[in-house]
Amino acid sequence: MGDFLLVPIQVDMHDQLAMTLQDDLTQQITKQKARGVLIDISSLDVVDSFIGRVLGNISSMARVLGAETVVVGMQPAVAITLVELGLSLEGVHTALDVEKGMERLRIKLSELEDGIEEVGSDASRN
Amino acid sequence: MSPSKISEVLTNEYSPILERWVKEQLGANSARADLISESELRADSEHFLKAFTTAIKSGKTDIRAAEYAPLLEHLNSLSRSRSKKGFSPSETAGFVFSFKQPLLSSLRRAHGKDAEGLAEDTWTATLLLDNLGLYTTETYQQAREEVIRRQQEEMLELSTPVVQIWDGVVALPLIGTLDSARTNIVMESLLQTVVETRSEIAIIDITGVPTVDTLVAQHLLKTVAAARLMGVECIISGIRPQIAQTMVHLQIDLSAVTTKATMADALRTALRRTGFTITRNTQTKSALPTL
Repeated sequence: MGDFLLVPIQVDMHDQLAMTLQDDLTQQITKQKARGVLIDISSLDVVDSFIGRVLGNISSMARVLGAETVVVGMQPAVAITLVELGLSLEGVHTALDVEKGMERLRIKLSELEDGIEEVGSDASRN
Repeated sequence: MSPSKISEVLTNEYSPILERWVKEQLGANSARADLISESELRADSEHFLKAFTTAIKSGKTDIRAAEYAPLLEHLNSLSRSRSKKGFSPSETAGFVFSFKQPLLSSLRRAHGKDAEGLAEDTWTATLLLDNLGLYTTETYQQAREEVIRRQQEEMLELSTPVVQIWDGVVALPLIGTLDSARTNIVMESLLQTVVETRSEIAIIDITGVPTVDTLVAQHLLKTVAAARLMGVECIISGIRPQIAQTMVHLQIDLSAVTTKATMADALRTALRRTGFTITRNTQTKSALPTL
């Protein structure tokens, strides 16, 4: 979808699957030159600490590759579990649903571009 | 040892005993004519006497025996209904204890000169009625505790309202102390409402929270973190000056959360973030009186 990759997770994640996702996603980001990644976990009822960490890792990896990640549609029960586990996914952006996540990504990216432009204009002024 | 005459006495003098007992209860200090009518009292007493007679005929004196089950059940419902009506525990137990006098006086007459038999039966009857009396107190207390527990649950539900105050903005006014059990309920209802209303911002108002210690702050931060995971931003409002001081002294780090002094401030911030602007239309306001 344009500059964004949409990753709907439909099945229960187990550890191997999460690692595969991590691999695929990083490859896809470079291949498609994606600027944003939306991970939809609205159909996940169970998220353990490992998956939580993988989500964090994916986000950091995507950032290294120049893409912003937004995790969308987390179930209330999942959110409570993650907090109880002491995982608050610092540094991962979140949104209520895909639509809001998309909006969030756009704002984020335009902010980043504004930043670049400002740097550019500063340089030209000097 | 002569055979027990309790059951014999009960069968032979059923009506006189009942009559004297009801009279006794009505005349006693603990009679509550305002709470229970005479006919009701009579029905209760008769029911008890019948069940008691049946139970005693079995010859067993242990109230846990199967023969006593109907009697205990009757006492159970009796003390429950009386606790609801507003009887005190001693008044409720007094129902059973007041039965001693008519029973024992009948026993005395039946035994006549047989002192040993009388003592034996008196002892048995006293022991039995004492146990039954204690049982009523116990169930009375149980009934009370159930009421308390139910009220506590209701209070928990009542005390965590999540209201939508604008498109995409929900508010959660917290009142009372936050403990772990309550935090969980607060968290659940907040997240549930957020999903239902598709809100982006939640305002947690802690004006009604009397004290904030490290534990309460931790619970608050937990709620904020959970909301953040769902893509909801939290604003904590209603922090009173004393609480702000305590928080700094306790070195509670709230720098990750937006905090505002009042709910109005928080709402203003929330509206700005969701892209709303509020303007007051001064023209129409001044035009209104002329209409």
